[in-house]
Amino acid sequence: MTLLSTRGLSKSFDGLQAVTNVDFDLPQGEVRALIGPNGAGKTTLVGMICGRIEPTSGRVQFDGQEITSLPAHARIMRGMAYTFQITSVFARLPVTENVALAARRRLTGRAVDQAVEDALARVGLTDEAHEEAGNLSYGHQRLLEIAMGLAQSPRLLILDEPTQGLSEGEIDDFKALIRELAGDTTILLIEHNMNVVMETADQVSVLNFGEILAEGTPQEIHKNDAVQAAYLGTG
Amino acid sequence: MSASARIIALHLGLLVLLFALQFILPAYHHGNLARIMVLATYAVGYNILFGYTGLLSLGHALFFAAGMYGMGLTIQHMGFTPAPALIVGILAGALVSGALALLALRTVGVSFMIVTLMFAQAGYLTVLYFGEYTRGDEGFVIQQAQRILWGIDLSDATNRYFAAWALFSVSFIVSLWLVRSPFGRTLVAIRENEERVRMLGYDTYRHKLAAMVISGTISAAAGAFYGLLFGYAGASFASVQYSIFPLLWVLLGGAGTVLGPFVGTLFMFYLIDLSSGVTSAYLLIAGLALVLLTLFAPQGLVGEIRRRIWKDLP
Repeated sequence: MTLLSTRGLSKSFDGLQAVTNVDFDLPQGEVRALIGPNGAGKTTLVGMICGRIEPTSGRVQFDGQEITSLPAHARIMRGMAYTFQITSVFARLPVTENVALAARRRLTGRAVDQAVEDALARVGLTDEAHEEAGNLSYGHQRLLEIAMGLAQSPRLLILDEPTQGLSEGEIDDFKALIRELAGDTTILLIEHNMNVVMETADQVSVLNFGEILAEGTPQEIHKNDAVQAAYLGTG
Repeated sequence: MSASARIIALHLGLLVLLFALQFILPAYHHGNLARIMVLATYAVGYNILFGYTGLLSLGHALFFAAGMYGMGLTIQHMGFTPAPALIVGILAGALVSGALALLALRTVGVSFMIVTLMFAQAGYLTVLYFGEYTRGDEGFVIQQAQRILWGIDLSDATNRYFAAWALFSVSFIVSLWLVRSPFGRTLVAIRENEERVRMLGYDTYRHKLAAMVISGTISAAAGAFYGLLFGYAGASFASVQYSIFPLLWVLLGGAGTVLGPFVGTLFMFYLIDLSSGVTSAYLLIAGLALVLLTLFAPQGLVGEIRRRIWKDLP
């Protein structure tokens, strides 16, 4: 079953065409990586999917429902979660409160504390629970972003460059986490680290100049000449 | 004692102290404190929008005056007794703040400040324009006979003190409860990072709308009680000065702290009171104290206590 699909999705900023006519389908339960060179339009595309950016044209469907005209918060309530590329935690609030804010949207009372504890344990931030979020290292703030996404218990988890700034060990933990979530949660992963993509993604979509250049398994994409050319700039 | 119990003990302790002071204070300070408690209620209302939600309004005099005139005009011209008049005043504040919120919340930052300022000025001019009823700048006195609430004469100093204390206590407890509730904590998160709150699935517009109505309604309650307890309603309470006052009180006391509005109002009131006893240039002394506070306690008095000593003070 298709959880998310877009048809003819486009966005132009003052004449600059950032995303052009994207038809994109994401089946339920799949881990999909979205890759592409810098400026390819990845963040713009997911921005339109989760409602942060209004498309110039095109439609978005989620769980069989038309959501193109829904504001971002209403899309989140339907089961999307979005973690920010540029770390966007509540720096002056404790780590627990950051995650609790995410959990309280669907839970109340003791269940919130439990969800917070679980989410922090999953990303390995239990020891930092009572720190102020702004005092965490950059890598830990990235993990906190992910914990906030997990606490929402989403059907579709959109991760925008989650491993940027993580150490090797943290990246290994992250890959394990994605494999653990796979199956229950549908994941859309924007990622530059090809190692992560190869090891976690079921399918890969390649975006180049705002258009889908190729789709396939990690192995197929790895061998694809057009993709190689786009990355190496010899196309 | 758990952290939560200590917080509640501290806040209720202030209310008990204020209640007890009634029996000890000399008449002059007794009268001052009654006035301070009503004005602090105004600051408590202001703090919910400014301190906790992060929206700087320059138009709260509109809400204060809506309460004051909603109460005063119905007594003066329609023969209302104090209880229904207070209700009219408070409802007027809720209505006006809701209407202004619908317009002003389309803007953010400096534009929000300007829009609220402009509507408050329009409110002030409206009071002057209908001078036939409001008596404009001169204002009107609410006679002693019109200030008897359920058989209690509110012009009597003791009764007035208790009424002020009751009003302040209610607003103070509501404020403490609100900011510790999930709703209040979402407001704090909006203040810190609105876009992130939106992307966690919260309708931030509705939250801000509710915050503004709660803030405006408490401010209006303060205005309605002020007019009733001190027997006067005048246009100066709708002027820009009365929009700036709560901002100053909250900043001095500590924005985003429950105790801050009271501490700031108390401090400012006595700063002006004491310095005006020393020199006619008392605003100079007040100004200097403000500059020093901004330099050495930029988060306000209670804010500074929270920063240094009591980290989880709400």
